[in-house]
Amino acid sequence: MSRRPHSARSATTHQDAVPQQARRPPGEDPSTPPRACSDGDEAGPEYSGGAAAVAFRGAEKRYPDGTVALAPIDLTVRDGEFVSVVGASGCGKSTLLRLASGLTSASAGTVTVAAETISYVFQDPTLLPWRSVRRNVEMLAELTGMSREEHRRRASEMIELVGLAGFERHRPRSLSGGMRMRVSLARSLVLSPGLFLLDEPFGALDEMSRERLNRELLRLFELRRFAAAIFVTHSVSEAVFLSTRVLVMSPRPGRLIAEFEVPFGYPRAADLRFRSDFTELTAAVAHRLREGGDE
Amino acid sequence: MSTPQAGMRPAIGRGLRARRSPRAGRPRASRRDRLAPAALFLIILGIWYFISLVILDPDRRFLLPSPDAVVRVAFLDGHNLDQLLRALWLSTSVALIGLCVSIALGMVVAIAMSQARWIEKSVYPYAVILQTIPTLAMVPLIGFWFHYGFSSRVIVCVLIALFPVISSTLFGLQSVDQGMLDLFRLHQIPRWRRLVHLQLPAAMPSTFAGFQVSAGLSVVGAVVGDFFFKQGSPGIGVLIDLYRARLQSEQLFGAVILASLLGVAFFTFFGWLSRLVTGRWYGVEIH
Ligand SMILES: Nc1ncnc2c1ncn2[C@@H]1O[C@H](COP(=O)(O)OP(=O)(O)OP(=O)(O)O)[C@@H](O)[C@H]1O
Ligand SMILES: [Mg+2]
Repeated sequence: MSRRPHSARSATTHQDAVPQQARRPPGEDPSTPPRACSDGDEAGPEYSGGAAAVAFRGAEKRYPDGTVALAPIDLTVRDGEFVSVVGASGCGKSTLLRLASGLTSASAGTVTVAAETISYVFQDPTLLPWRSVRRNVEMLAELTGMSREEHRRRASEMIELVGLAGFERHRPRSLSGGMRMRVSLARSLVLSPGLFLLDEPFGALDEMSRERLNRELLRLFELRRFAAAIFVTHSVSEAVFLSTRVLVMSPRPGRLIAEFEVPFGYPRAADLRFRSDFTELTAAVAHRLREGGDE
Repeated sequence: MSTPQAGMRPAIGRGLRARRSPRAGRPRASRRDRLAPAALFLIILGIWYFISLVILDPDRRFLLPSPDAVVRVAFLDGHNLDQLLRALWLSTSVALIGLCVSIALGMVVAIAMSQARWIEKSVYPYAVILQTIPTLAMVPLIGFWFHYGFSSRVIVCVLIALFPVISSTLFGLQSVDQGMLDLFRLHQIPRWRRLVHLQLPAAMPSTFAGFQVSAGLSVVGAVVGDFFFKQGSPGIGVLIDLYRARLQSEQLFGAVILASLLGVAFFTFFGWLSRLVTGRWYGVEIH
């Protein structure tokens, strides 16, 4: 029985039988072909199955200074989905994540979060400099009241998974940027989030570390260490490589202008990037991104 | 495995220590580092001797007795030394108690102020008044309320040393990284856990800088308090006043030197303590 310990909600327990690699919402006929690429659909068509982890209904964000960071947005992200968001700088991607996390509230419309635990990986690792790698990874679990044995066990496992074994006693300042980011990832995943929010986590890294962390993140998703993810990035290829769905945003005001289904199943191999259907999809997304708001 | 150790060095240079010791990145010049202070000390000593023995007439030499005379009369005479050391011990205890009270009180006030804006808004003006009001103006009142002995000296000490603890701790508590605060809010980590696990440790460098300043000031407070509150056994300030009245200038200089050394010792100790604590933020966990 492949239980899903990362999703604390009882509503999801009936999905136990869904085979991992299928990654379809339960109830959908496994024989249906992968979803077609749907270009240009405005704001989030509904999908059957998979409980919603977060739902935006006409959610809008205006800052007090009058900036409209997000025009009304409709979007549902379901369990089993890995949704990437690409868009120019300042188009409201971070605002979207902050709304999903509840750190900021919508000025109009609603954001409904069903996921019990949300983890948020910021653009920079935000670690505590006085804590070692292990203690940083344990931090959230420890402070949210998880039992000592439990958070120690999970932290060890996560440190292993993100490839930081042997560095447990190091403090953040003696780590490289990529290693710090892994600590941040591990810390978030110790909680087994129902909704995992990542804001350009690999933006500051070199290409090599970035691709390596992409593969690790992918593996964590395949292992179902988190139920659903919204991943903000500037890299279209990264978005396509990781996701079940890619959203394209456009600035002034921030809005969703296109949505692409990614037809590749999981687990995904690293050389997926070199397949022609991958590059075609990447090119299509990049093209849409370049066109921006003008249809 | 020495590679990660070696890799840590630059990280240390970039951090807090870099600000504390501007020498960090430069090639070592340890001989010059040791010789220059010694040379300066000798020059000062030379000027002292010159003024005392050449410029001043023998009958006006009490204005600046020569260093050897100071050492001979104040430190090598058993009776005088005993008197000085007893006073020094008393002033040290006044300064230490004053400092401990300042640190405890100051941190409690700063923590309270950091927890709610309304507390900060209402308390901060009084903290500023405490800092700006001349101690002299408070002396008669302190005398009325607490008499003219030991406890009044401690209170003067606290009046002088409290503010740096409050302001630097508050500054430290409020300068916590916004991302970290968001993280704690997102996971609904209770306020007191946030204080203990995030704010207080993050404030540490700033808090200890405040302790260091207060430590120096507490010695000033102990000496100043002596001048006004002379009941009970004499502190170093009482002796200074006494030697001044009796024109015992060698002992006067001895007392001043001891008082300064006490201040330097306090200041240095807290600098060391601060480095000990925040030094743990770098490199590999030891225990
Ligand atoms: N606190 C704030 N007050 C006022 N305006 C804000 C605030 N935060 C963001 N904005 C504005 O909202 C818009 C969207 O900001 P947001 O940070 O969501 O963009 P982004 O897509 O994440 O950009 P980037 O890719 O550069 O991170 C921007 O125009 C920004 O100036
Ligand atoms: Mg952003």
